[in-house]
Amino acid sequence: MRAKQLVLCAMAAATLGMGILAVPAAAEEGIYVPLLTYRTGPFAGSGIPIANGMHDYLTMLNERDGGIGGAKLIIEECETGYDTKKGVECYEQIKSKHPVVVNPYSTGITLQLIPKAAVDKIPILSMAYGLSASADGNTFPWIFNPPATYWDGLSMIFKYIGDKEGGLDKLKGKTIGYIFFDGGYGREPIPLLEQFAKDYGFTAKQYPVPAAEMQNQSGLWLNVRRDRPAWMIMWGWGAMNPTAIKEAAKINYPLDHFIGVWWSGSDDDARPAGHDGKGYLALNLNGLGASYPAIQEIMKYVVDKGKSQVDSKDRVGENFYDRGVYNSVLVAEAIRNAQHITGKKEVTGEDVRRGFEALKISEARWKELGLPDFAAPIDKVSCSDHNGHHSAYMQQWDGTKWVKVSDWIAPMKDKVRPLLEEAAKDYVAKNQPWPARTEPCDKSS
Amino acid sequence: MLYREVGQYKTTYEADHAIFPLLQDRIGIAVILAIAFLFVPFTASDFVVNSMLIPILIFALAAIGLNLLTGYAGLISLGTGGFMGVGAYGCYKLATAFPQVNILVPILLSGFFSAAVGVVFGLPSLRIKGFYLAVATLASQFFLSWCFVRVPWLVNYNVSGAIEVPTRTFFGIPITGPNATATTRYLVVLAVVVAMTWLASNLVHGRIGRMWMAVRDMDIAAELIGIRLYRTKLLAFAVSSFYAGVAGAMLVFLWLGASEADSFDINASFLVLFMVIIGGLGSLLGSYLGSVLILGLPIVLRTLPGSLGVPLNSATVEHLQFMIVGALIILFLIVEPNGLARLWQIGKQKLRVWPFPY
Repeated sequence: MRAKQLVLCAMAAATLGMGILAVPAAAEEGIYVPLLTYRTGPFAGSGIPIANGMHDYLTMLNERDGGIGGAKLIIEECETGYDTKKGVECYEQIKSKHPVVVNPYSTGITLQLIPKAAVDKIPILSMAYGLSASADGNTFPWIFNPPATYWDGLSMIFKYIGDKEGGLDKLKGKTIGYIFFDGGYGREPIPLLEQFAKDYGFTAKQYPVPAAEMQNQSGLWLNVRRDRPAWMIMWGWGAMNPTAIKEAAKINYPLDHFIGVWWSGSDDDARPAGHDGKGYLALNLNGLGASYPAIQEIMKYVVDKGKSQVDSKDRVGENFYDRGVYNSVLVAEAIRNAQHITGKKEVTGEDVRRGFEALKISEARWKELGLPDFAAPIDKVSCSDHNGHHSAYMQQWDGTKWVKVSDWIAPMKDKVRPLLEEAAKDYVAKNQPWPARTEPCDKSS
Repeated sequence: MLYREVGQYKTTYEADHAIFPLLQDRIGIAVILAIAFLFVPFTASDFVVNSMLIPILIFALAAIGLNLLTGYAGLISLGTGGFMGVGAYGCYKLATAFPQVNILVPILLSGFFSAAVGVVFGLPSLRIKGFYLAVATLASQFFLSWCFVRVPWLVNYNVSGAIEVPTRTFFGIPITGPNATATTRYLVVLAVVVAMTWLASNLVHGRIGRMWMAVRDMDIAAELIGIRLYRTKLLAFAVSSFYAGVAGAMLVFLWLGASEADSFDINASFLVLFMVIIGGLGSLLGSYLGSVLILGLPIVLRTLPGSLGVPLNSATVEHLQFMIVGALIILFLIVEPNGLARLWQIGKQKLRVWPFPY
């Protein structure tokens, strides 16, 4: 009976506690930049390096420059576990603290937040993920997805394939396999893939991988062996990527004909396959390695001082770590622009939205940031184009590390943009009443 | 001393059979309802309402649905997540096909889709029992999840495969979509959940509930006293799925705002089943308690270090929360295998004789 009493008391205490709790902590001075990250769950393998990169670059700005333009950045992580419900919970939690931008880092969470952004006046940066159609700034004034959409990515992969085959018309009669994460993320590129299949006369075979089966793909790869696709394209995430590469190697699929999108190219994706994974290709948006001056500064100001969560120093500069840095550079530049446009030090979400529309990172600016040739220059983001459709390059796994194997590949904007505008219209039609854009365009953008 | 029935005489059978025969209980429930309807909407922050109260209420409704089936009729089901999904997708199809109809109508109607699907998947219950039935309902869960992913008609051929909730108004006030405030959505959810709980309470205290319990306790005996098993069992499946369906529709329309198929996967089924088991099988109150423990506690634990000013990084908090909630669930089940509702009963019993328990 004692134990029962104890539990009863504990319950009573917990109920009381619930009422008192959830009072948001007093706001500090500064610019609040929340990061929705996932260091737990089945997607942690992809999520941890990105979270570290994002967090460390912003911390470095705080340590080195005292923030941006004299305003300190308040960086806070919220763990989503790549779970949509928890992501929304995080969003509700941070909303009251007036974030200047939200990085959901999950297509599922982005889809949930898109309608809320305009109401809450918080811009959303879904860097090269999320809803491709949200690149249309006239329809989605609060959503930004530079530097490229999934559809751009697919068109770049086809450009690369065309190069290797000696022309895209050579694809006629061939089979191209598409292995994808069976969710919003993996299904996004299918309309464009189907259009390419029609245009170039190849057969597109789809191999969906449900979230529960990510690490159990052997049956699927038996089908691949039967279908013998000339090329395999992958839209994978988390534990799905290393499994797919290992399975491909196991059935002796020629890995130099297996191409992943930029989210299927982390070091942790290819490393488990090790030497067998040699030849696997993936798109990439950002530079590799830790030799960039800015990343060296992260080493000096953050990692060496023990302010980072990386397990070991050699994980700094991995592909997805650098991707996280890229994401934070975009955030930092948008905040800087917002300060420049408004003349205020402590900018708000509304200001940062304008900052994103004025986003320009030229080659010279990349160099100034300490990241020379880190990424293609961001020069096409504007009021109506929230993506810019910038270039990416192809990288190849050499058995121990990623190597850049192509030049910058520009997307087929002529194929992507009409599809995209149609998708935006479709989204609006399905979500009536969708608010019309009321935010004016700045002259500079 | 305060909680005692001395002097409360009942002169009619109605009064004796009332759900809350004690005056104190009636006052208590009135106070709780008054707080929920009048006090909470004006005092609680958006975060508390949106991240805790709304999901707790919605999942409590789903747990009530499963409790009717598992706790009262004794039929184990692992398909609740799928039935919730049927409700959500049914509601989406109705709401997009008839945009001018008040949104509450499709939310409640979607329960009937779910009930129909539930009856179909309840058919095996006529032949099999216990764990075997659990496996059969598990099949329904997988089949329904597969449908949500693979049938593009369900999502109106949306490329992303997600259902998105448009703004709909009720007397000019938006209650779904991004423009609806957390408080309005909370009040709508609360009204639906309270009404349906009242309905469930009448069901289980009446003839139907007694039939379910007879079947649960011994189906052969129930058959011998004239209860038709197949009707009773299928009715339990239908009513349970109806509740799950409405909960699923509210989950998407009044809480998440957009949803992918993975909101209704096997994990959702397990979540609701755990709520029922921890809350207490065969208790409506238990459904609420289970929902509070399983959904509310993790959120409290997650915000605890932040609001106390303990500098822990978010991933550590997440791991800690998993461990603590897991340990608590085991502790509760060791202390009281019949669930939290039984603990509450014991507490009430003690209160009755307090302060002189001799």
